[in-house]
Amino acid sequence: MLGRWEPFTQMEAEFNRLRDEMDRLFRRFGGNGNLWRRTPVEFPAVDIWEDDNDLYLEAELPGMELDDLEIYVTQGNQLTIKGKRTPPEVEGTWHRRERGFGEFTRVITLPVDVDADKVEATLKHGVLTVRLPKVAEARVRKIPVKAD
Amino acid sequence: MTELVKREGAETALVHEPTHQAQRTYVPRVDIVETDNELRLYADMPGVQPEDLDVRFENGLLVIHGKVQPRHKDVQYLYAEYGIGDYHREFAIHEDIDANRISAEYHNGVLVVTLPKSEEVKPKRIQVKAT
Repeated sequence: MLGRWEPFTQMEAEFNRLRDEMDRLFRRFGGNGNLWRRTPVEFPAVDIWEDDNDLYLEAELPGMELDDLEIYVTQGNQLTIKGKRTPPEVEGTWHRRERGFGEFTRVITLPVDVDADKVEATLKHGVLTVRLPKVAEARVRKIPVKAD
Repeated sequence: MTELVKREGAETALVHEPTHQAQRTYVPRVDIVETDNELRLYADMPGVQPEDLDVRFENGLLVIHGKVQPRHKDVQYLYAEYGIGDYHREFAIHEDIDANRISAEYHNGVLVVTLPKSEEVKPKRIQVKAT
């Protein structure tokens, strides 16, 4: 009987060896050994920024409608973005299939509590923007400084 | 020009535009499907204003380009997981395409380009005559 040829197992073993070697090298140069390993960010990737009164979140969600999305805040600072992206229904030969489809859920812990009832979301040209008003206690208070 | 696949968490390199502004260019992800009558391309290009899209077909080369305007300047990011920049990608199309009938539309951040095949390359069913 012929021996089983397991190209993927071999490849994996080789990859692991290489990775361990890289980790060793990184540690030697003071890294923590994980820097080069680019763990994929959860979907969707987000940008978040703030001003005195609001937090803003932006995510790229091409090919979706607001109705395909569920956005809500629980426990003051847990933002959930849920959705489903459906692929186009075309019969034919696919030459490229690079775009992703399916269901996704992402929960993001916000740095401050927000007013869950006043969250506003817009979706334009495939870009989702969410405005999250901070609760009063989390807003920046400008203290007037008295000078004599 | 350096081209980068837009990938969450991927490292990006800077490209200097003639305006001397640091600007990144990304390769949009695409699906391409071929039917009997046409080729259809779907490209994820979120954040492009429709007037900033440029689709060209010349000598069998399809070029798609989307200019992306900066969306929020001077903000301090708490999370910055993806970059914003122009999109550019080129495809050599080997099928005979009826260039005059190519059409493109942009909806919800997805560019769809339809390239109808010219009559000569469409599959034809030949009637078999029985005698």
